[in-house]
Amino acid sequence: MQALYAQLLVGLINGSFYALLSLGLAVIFGMLNIINFAHGALYMMGAFVAYFLLNNDYLSIGYWPALIVAPIVVGIFGMILERTMLQWLTGLDHLYGLLLTFGIALIVQGVFQNYFGSSGLPYAIPDQLKGGMNLGFMFLPVYRGWVVIFSLVVCIATWFLIEKTRLGAYLRAATENPTLVRAFGVNVPRMITLTYGLGVGLAALAGVLSAPINQVRPLMGADLIIVVFAVVVIGGMGSIMGSIITGFALGVIEGLTKYFYPEASNTVVFVLMVLVLLVKPTGLTGRAA
Amino acid sequence: MAETATAEAPAKAASGGNILQVRNLEAWYGESHILHGINFDVNAGEVVTLLGRNGAGKTTTLKSIMGIIGKRTGSVKFNDQDITQTTSDKIARMGIAFCPEERGIFSSLDVRENLLLPPVVRPGGLPLEQIFDLFPNLKERLNSQGTKLSGGEQQMLAIARILRTGANFLMLDEPTEGLAPVIIQQIGHTIARLKKEGFTILLVEQNFRFASTVADRYYVVEHGKIIDGFANSELAANMDKLHTYLGV
Repeated sequence: MQALYAQLLVGLINGSFYALLSLGLAVIFGMLNIINFAHGALYMMGAFVAYFLLNNDYLSIGYWPALIVAPIVVGIFGMILERTMLQWLTGLDHLYGLLLTFGIALIVQGVFQNYFGSSGLPYAIPDQLKGGMNLGFMFLPVYRGWVVIFSLVVCIATWFLIEKTRLGAYLRAATENPTLVRAFGVNVPRMITLTYGLGVGLAALAGVLSAPINQVRPLMGADLIIVVFAVVVIGGMGSIMGSIITGFALGVIEGLTKYFYPEASNTVVFVLMVLVLLVKPTGLTGRAA
Repeated sequence: MAETATAEAPAKAASGGNILQVRNLEAWYGESHILHGINFDVNAGEVVTLLGRNGAGKTTTLKSIMGIIGKRTGSVKFNDQDITQTTSDKIARMGIAFCPEERGIFSSLDVRENLLLPPVVRPGGLPLEQIFDLFPNLKERLNSQGTKLSGGEQQMLAIARILRTGANFLMLDEPTEGLAPVIIQQIGHTIARLKKEGFTILLVEQNFRFASTVADRYYVVEHGKIIDGFANSELAANMDKLHTYLGV
């Protein structure tokens, strides 16, 4: 039974990363109509920024400020990418955005690999989150509990921002009809840049959260992003709540598979993806793209 | 608030009366040349109607003024400022509001969000109470999804949402298209009342019987040019010509 709970926890943690990453992808896809293949590389950059902040002798900025600083730094990098490259793809086929962002991902990962190799760099768990709690039925490492709860809060806050606020109403409206929203006096191009920055910032935040668990590696995002895209396909592109729920749910399903049938744990997500594509090609909550 | 709008209009009229001046406007959709040199004026406080057949270039004229047609040449002046190459968000902030033919109600927004979406660009917009007074149906449906409204209600919402922004120059593209007579009448009353409040309105209409109930002047658009223009008082005298132009 202990092992089941442990796998459920691992599932929830993976689910947190799936949810944060697929949420960012959904936000970006909705507004820019771009399937952001650079997402994994930007997640990795988030972890590296946290690592640099901590290990730079002059800065030595710790985990807590990094949770804010890294998403901002990587978000700005993303906004520069959008202004200089992605914006020229407006109105073109999805394939162009996919190829461009895939190329960006390869370049970014290549540069980091060149300087840091492929092995992981350690990032310590902050003192406040060290140790564990005995919950009676299982032992819970505090940091892992923190990741699950914090991710959930960030996901819900993002959902609230998009579905319930005035700013979110601009975003939803501009997703439907950017020309008209602009003709109402909203600077839509600037909003698109900020939206890309927000999606990228969420990826970087996931990178910081993941650094103490998974170490900091140039290819940490490349490995993860394949599963995240499967999650996005299952959940359906473009639905905010859909990507959050699917992210957590698939993490848990993966965890349960590890317990009941470990051989299938690496493939279960892809098997589900095939099944969903056969039955409902737009994904569980998606609208036709 | 309404007083501000009324006070604005005569002030504009005093500065020459001319709020919009379009000279030799040409516009393209991709490769196709749609407008071939449009010339007309709108004076502050007027309701001016563009008449013409389908495909004559009426909608393109509105969209070119609004800055949402990619390629345009010639000159469009609003309050003596050249806006020919200005982006649509800046044009909107100068006080021009556009209500598109397809209405453009957002399905992912409820009625309240649709209504409150366009940002306030200047002081002097109608307060919400006054908007609900004009369109009482909307008040009862604030929580419905925008596109669940009937066609008439969607049209009212599309007009209502640009009234609170403070824009005092409204461009309405076929507001009566596909609506029941009783609703057309309601929209006619609304336009008359907006005129009284000091709004300047540029209307595109196919239905000139409706237009004749609200318009001060008409321009006839054909093949991307203005081919004729007359005042409402001259409508009767121009009826035969108009029948030929519109082919009705």
